[in-house]
Amino acid sequence: MGHFDRALGRRRFLTALVAAPTLTVAARLGADALAPAAAGAVVPSPAQPADLTDFGDLMAAATAAETSLLVLQVTTDNRVVFQLPRAEVGQGVTTALAMIVAEELDARLSDVDTPLSDARSDMGLAQSTGGSTSVRSLWDPVRQVAAAARARLVTAAAQQWNVDANTLTTHDTAVWSPDGRSASYGSLSAAAAKVLVPAVSTAPKSTSAYTVVGQPTTRVDARDIVTGKARYALDQPVAGALPTVVARPPTINGTVVSYDASTAKTMPGVVAVTQIPTGIAVTAQTFGQAMDAKAALNITWGAGTIDSVSDSDIQGNLAAATPPLAPVLTPYVEGTFNFAFVSHAAMEVLTAVADVRSGSAEVWTATKSPTGAQSAVASAVGLSTNQVTLHVVRGGGSFGRRLFYEPAVEAAQVSKAIGRPVRLMWTRNDDMRHGRLRPRSYHRVRAGYALGNVTTYQHQMASVTVDFSGSDTGTLLANDGYASPTIGTAFFGISEACPYNFGVVTEALTEVTYKMHTGSWRSVYSALARTAEEIIVDELARAMGQDPVAFRLQFLKTDAERAVVSKVASAGNWGQAMAAGTAQGVGFHQEYRSRAACLVNIDCTTSTPRVTRAVLAVDVGRPVNPKGLQAQAMSGLMDGIATVLYAGNHLKNGAVVEGSYADFHYPRQATAPRQVDVYVLPATGSTPGGAGELCVPAAAAAVANAYARATGTKPRNFPINF
Amino acid sequence: MPTYTFTLNGRSVSVDAPSTMPMLWVLRDLLGVTGPKYGCGVGVCRACTSHLNGAAFTPCTTAVSDCAGKKVTTIEGLANGSTLHPVQQAWLDEDVAQCGYCQPGQIMAAAALLKSNKKPTDADIDAIQNVCRCGTYARIRAAIKRAAGE
Ligand code: FES
Ligand code: FES
Repeated sequence: MGHFDRALGRRRFLTALVAAPTLTVAARLGADALAPAAAGAVVPSPAQPADLTDFGDLMAAATAAETSLLVLQVTTDNRVVFQLPRAEVGQGVTTALAMIVAEELDARLSDVDTPLSDARSDMGLAQSTGGSTSVRSLWDPVRQVAAAARARLVTAAAQQWNVDANTLTTHDTAVWSPDGRSASYGSLSAAAAKVLVPAVSTAPKSTSAYTVVGQPTTRVDARDIVTGKARYALDQPVAGALPTVVARPPTINGTVVSYDASTAKTMPGVVAVTQIPTGIAVTAQTFGQAMDAKAALNITWGAGTIDSVSDSDIQGNLAAATPPLAPVLTPYVEGTFNFAFVSHAAMEVLTAVADVRSGSAEVWTATKSPTGAQSAVASAVGLSTNQVTLHVVRGGGSFGRRLFYEPAVEAAQVSKAIGRPVRLMWTRNDDMRHGRLRPRSYHRVRAGYALGNVTTYQHQMASVTVDFSGSDTGTLLANDGYASPTIGTAFFGISEACPYNFGVVTEALTEVTYKMHTGSWRSVYSALARTAEEIIVDELARAMGQDPVAFRLQFLKTDAERAVVSKVASAGNWGQAMAAGTAQGVGFHQEYRSRAACLVNIDCTTSTPRVTRAVLAVDVGRPVNPKGLQAQAMSGLMDGIATVLYAGNHLKNGAVVEGSYADFHYPRQATAPRQVDVYVLPATGSTPGGAGELCVPAAAAAVANAYARATGTKPRNFPINF
Repeated sequence: MPTYTFTLNGRSVSVDAPSTMPMLWVLRDLLGVTGPKYGCGVGVCRACTSHLNGAAFTPCTTAVSDCAGKKVTTIEGLANGSTLHPVQQAWLDEDVAQCGYCQPGQIMAAAALLKSNKKPTDADIDAIQNVCRCGTYARIRAAIKRAAGE
């Protein structure tokens, strides 16, 4: 870990002036990027690894060697530009970071730009987006760099006006003097660039002075989105870039034995047919023509890597691989759980635009692993990394999917082969049948209780191996020595912790590897392991004659955890009379130095159960944008509803059965709750925790528990309607 | 190749295209109008939703020949100059969008609904089929009600 400055309560970041004609300030990102957690609570259950170090901490440690710089610039036309080394996939990081910059700089939010950085090889893994770490990791250095810039602007104004810098104030992207004079930051920028020693403090302001951070704020890109101006990869105006789709095998990882493109090549609009390692690419004037010609290809496919494997085989092997639970001498509750494969099914399919020339390449893609993508593209087309410019563009959803960058590599391969720029798109079928899946999992849980206490809690999870390779997350864990015995078990160890005082707690993951496309899916193991755990919590409460909310309040470890549960119970009117076939359910989750609870009302009176109302409470320590946090909570809620009730993928003879939203049943309006209320708790700490994945496990658990109470069943297999 | 003429966002345009070419690719690949998004290509996700003679349609399943002589409106043509359509304004007021990819289609579907049904009920809103994978449904519902003046 980096050096922790106890006197300040958080680390200081060295900032530096960058030699430039206008004010440009940089802070180092890396070793100091994340604060370590405060010491753990006083608990009967000893702390598990995830209580002490989580993925965010690991990311800071693993990128400690990087000396990359975060750069903030003030332009002469009064724009404040912060090149954001993260991906924007809907989670609102561009808005949150613009708010932090505006706050510390006393700039108008509308004067702040947060363009996504191109891949920066100097930054390496420090540029990756994942593990709900973006705001956590950038909070301290960005505040520091903005505060340092402000001090130089104030100093420059004081020099120009020949007054004491301490008499000057800042607001609305300008410096103001007591006599009412003002100078815009843009007009001061050139002079500020020459200020070596600021005359006022460069320390970030105290949280009590905040006027932007903590205020509910509309997304900075909202107007572009509602007017259709927001540009995703395929919308980029790259002249002459030709639509390209890829014919992919009938089973996972099947290979091309031979193909005949003679008919396809004569079809209207077709420009080229190219074999690449993953299939046969067809390039045409329009995507419609490319798809038509793809259908006319005559391809002989070889076997895939799991052609004889179906769900039942995997389920059997997972069960067989799961270590037995230890017998307990007390009364106990127990359950075995199965969760199906789930596609990420981001609304925007996988896409990339590539223009590969001799000696250089340019790529546009939405990726959360930009430097990984950049070097993968370079090696795929025989260039060096610094010959590849990779533009990170906004993505239409990710849910973990865009940590991987297959389309960038494929687009580059095709562009190189045909000598033209291409826009490559996976069709929805490709995305669902050859994309990555949240792995199928199997869980054995047993909890023993005696004399009003839970004395033992055992959870053995077996999962198809999450393939982290081809993502920055995988590289990061491997670099940090976490590849043994597997990256997945290491990740499980640093992400999963039982939040309850349940005596002797044993939790472990066993992975079973299949040669198929899996990946991290929003909250990775948590929405599986914690959902199973929260179901057992409800069953423990019932067995011990307690109310599920009262039980959680008794056994949770900290007041902060109890606070979110209490909030949803009161706001959601827990315990209200419910008609037959309907019920309430609760779920709780803590991770990423944040905590969340969810309460739902469910209606199971028809064959399609529906969550009719949901209440969530989130405590992220220090909320930056409550509106954005509410959005993430609503989104997590829908993922919980989807994966528990409706949405999963069948694997049959080495192929994914579902091909689009017609059979992959992600909720629509008719299966979404009509009423959702999200309470963002006021700041309880000085630094923000993570939020992007936080609510998925809490919501999934609440839905499962409500279903159990409405139907009088013990749900064990998910999704329930499958 | 035949030529088709239609009104696109208030302007008359002509394109040379095979008669069966889906309008989504005519708009995106031939005319460079990228507001309508691809999400499935088979009419199930509704990300491409736009208006044909004022009613919602899915360009991915509509041939260019079926648009000849008609009025096509995409998300780019919904606002009146710099004045947003009330549905777009409601979307801003409710901060609906997350990734934004489904939102052109959602907005066009909502605008078409409100045109034919000034005060949609919750059941009417439930009938909207557009998928939002980011799960913005609650805010979409609130925005539709706001645009309806509730
Ligand atoms: S692209 Fe899915 S309905 Fe048109
Ligand atoms: S906002 Fe992302 S799919 Fe709807």
